[in-house]
Amino acid sequence: MPTSNAIELRNISKFFGSVVANNKISLDVKKGEILSLLGENGSGKTTLMNMLSGIYFPDEGHIYVDGKEVTIRSPKDAFDLKIGMIHQHFKLIDIFTAAENIVLGLPGSLNLDIKQVAADVKVLVDKYGFKLDPDKKIYEMSVSEKQTVEIVKMLYRGANILILDEPTAVLTPSETEHLFDVLRNMKQDGKAIIIITHKLNEVLEISDRVSVLRKGEYIGTVNTCDTNELALTEMMVGKKVSLDIERPEPENMELRLEVKGLTCYNLEGVKALDDVSFSAYSGEILGIAGIAGSGQKELLESIAGLQKVSSGSVTYYDPKSGNEDELIGKTPLEIRELGVALSFVPEDRLGMGLVGSMGITDNIMLRSYRDGKSFLTNRKGPKKLSADIIRTLEVVAPDDETPVSKLSGGNVQKVLVGREIAAAPTVLMTAYAVRGLDINTSYTIYDLLNEQKKKGVAVVYVGEDLDVLIELCDRIMVLCGGKVSGIVDGRTATKEQIGLLMTSREKGE
Amino acid sequence: MSVFITFIQKAITQGIPLLYGATGEIITEKSGNLNLGIPGIMYLGGIGGLTGAFIYEMNTTSFSPVLAVIITFLCAIIFSVLGGLIYSFLTVTLRANQNVTGLALTTFGTGLGNYLGGSLSKIAGTVGQITVYSTGKAFKATVPFADDLGIFGQLFLSYGFLTYLSIAIAIFAAWFIFRTRIGLNLRSVGENPATADAAGINVSRYKYLATCIGAAIAGIGGLYFVMEYLGGTWQNNGFGDRGWLAVALVIFARWKPNHAIWGSILFGGLYILYVYLPFGDAIQEIFKMLPYVVTIFVLVFTSLKNKREQQPPASLGITYFREDR
Repeated sequence: MPTSNAIELRNISKFFGSVVANNKISLDVKKGEILSLLGENGSGKTTLMNMLSGIYFPDEGHIYVDGKEVTIRSPKDAFDLKIGMIHQHFKLIDIFTAAENIVLGLPGSLNLDIKQVAADVKVLVDKYGFKLDPDKKIYEMSVSEKQTVEIVKMLYRGANILILDEPTAVLTPSETEHLFDVLRNMKQDGKAIIIITHKLNEVLEISDRVSVLRKGEYIGTVNTCDTNELALTEMMVGKKVSLDIERPEPENMELRLEVKGLTCYNLEGVKALDDVSFSAYSGEILGIAGIAGSGQKELLESIAGLQKVSSGSVTYYDPKSGNEDELIGKTPLEIRELGVALSFVPEDRLGMGLVGSMGITDNIMLRSYRDGKSFLTNRKGPKKLSADIIRTLEVVAPDDETPVSKLSGGNVQKVLVGREIAAAPTVLMTAYAVRGLDINTSYTIYDLLNEQKKKGVAVVYVGEDLDVLIELCDRIMVLCGGKVSGIVDGRTATKEQIGLLMTSREKGE
Repeated sequence: MSVFITFIQKAITQGIPLLYGATGEIITEKSGNLNLGIPGIMYLGGIGGLTGAFIYEMNTTSFSPVLAVIITFLCAIIFSVLGGLIYSFLTVTLRANQNVTGLALTTFGTGLGNYLGGSLSKIAGTVGQITVYSTGKAFKATVPFADDLGIFGQLFLSYGFLTYLSIAIAIFAAWFIFRTRIGLNLRSVGENPATADAAGINVSRYKYLATCIGAAIAGIGGLYFVMEYLGGTWQNNGFGDRGWLAVALVIFARWKPNHAIWGSILFGGLYILYVYLPFGDAIQEIFKMLPYVVTIFVLVFTSLKNKREQQPPASLGITYFREDR
């Protein structure tokens, strides 16, 4: 009798050196269901799924596909078992078209009829309701389109079991909505779908069942209809997490940064910022909200001196000297030395600000190597600082010499944010500081920002999660299509109000 | 007019070794291996073929041109593939630095070529130069009626078969790389080996095969030089800097073998232009520089245009290691 389980994992363990990534994990995935794999950063979700997709090989345990025990030694073995994984970092060739990427590595006639492939892809795209042009080059695509290519690639290979690693982390709300529609269509078609995530609202919205991992251990599986956010959070973190973010009253507010009429163009020549004006005060957290790509990155980079500005001014009021300094026209180093710090967590975390092959100490030295008069660099300060960051932010790393590319995403991010805060700035700009972080770490970051605020730092916080923005920030500026669509008070603003400003092109009140 | 025809003929003769080298290197580089050992491998191909021809001519009583060509060919390919294997083993299996390995291989190939060439001359016992005249003649054989066809015959039919083979290989390579499944997989290995790996492509096998096939093709370029250009003799360092010209031609052709065809003739023409200009031999080295200057201009212009398809394979020169995160 055929089993209804597409996949059964039995006592799967995986060790990386002395680190236990997965410890005797057993779980089932049924055909025609969406299973959420929930867990904090570093809980072993991705590692477990990588063993299904052939990236890693389990040290212990058994895997059954359609009731038969299988050995998955390579991604090819996984394909042969009709298992397809969509990674967080897309595995696509930039200069190839969608169709070329989809057909890559497949057997078939020597002569490649790419038109036929494109036609076949179109059929799949229409069947499940994707939005995709098979002849478009990857480097011309948005993140959401690239993800679509990855999913279609797996379906084209006949995948019946789809694993998606944090698929919504890079999507806008409407793109997420669309992805969920497509996933539901695939579920209807009898496919088994596993979503790795830590967004509780999405877990509740899309999945049929939820399996929870914590620190490499399997905690349990519940039916989505029988659970709620609080219960899942408890399973995930093991203890009750206060959902209240502290917000101290701003004190001694002084004008620190005044932006007037800032306009700039991005690389494609599109207006990225359009006449943006606002002020940031010491002792407060200014939130910046907006749909991804509304000009957040360009705004912070303009202030930090990394972006060419076509018009407008950024005035910095120096608390030490009382001088007014115009930042436009200054080099990033000069701006940094004035006390304006920027920590930007890009979509791929490692892409900006850290050197993957260097350890924590060396990465900290990237900011401090100019200090001191000696010809040789000073390693003692950074070494102490990295020890501080590792301790206070609970960075899980073997030591401060381990290349940061070997650390998990969340830990990399802690290093990135910790380093900027350590520079004792007077203006601290952070973008997506909690992107991809688990709840506990996110709170650590909020505390750090509040600490800076109490010290009299003007904090600019670009965020994604509206609930967090409303709880954390004193004022929230909303960007929409490069324009300021409104600045609201964080204490009185509602989610609906901000959501409306994010989508409206008109200037709000 | 006849000066012009001679110039074109000479340009093609100079260009063919470059075309072999460039086609071989393009196939290699499409797999992400920057094989700077190509100049050395071309020496290996040349001396391999010469050694084979020499041994055959010494030991045969009834010389067969066809057999001579086959033996010479096989020896050239075996020698150059050995070079490719050394490179692949070091860079793919042992993950050595590609640049260092390539440069070492060039030094090794050039040295071994000159050493064996000198030894063969000693064994040949003549005035100091080895000649495999009969084999050389077989390589230089043209279609019999070429001379009767006037300018057309002189321009297009006055070359040995290796000339036509080089163009056929380049056209085939262009089709293979850009129109076939294996070509698509090969390009993906050079662009992003992690992606290729995830797609179930055996990255190491592609790198090994592309490098060895590339080396074999480049080696025939060395064979051409020894057999058709020098007529079956060895001259220490006679091949000169042509191996590097072939590497430059890869860049000039924007990693497309079909563009390397006309590029090789252009390079060949520029390389010997000084003979046809009234400046004397004194400044010939400056003129020999012209192909490199042209390459730099092409690099500057394509970089300015910044078209993604015109760029080198994205992972060129980078060693792939699956466990890297």
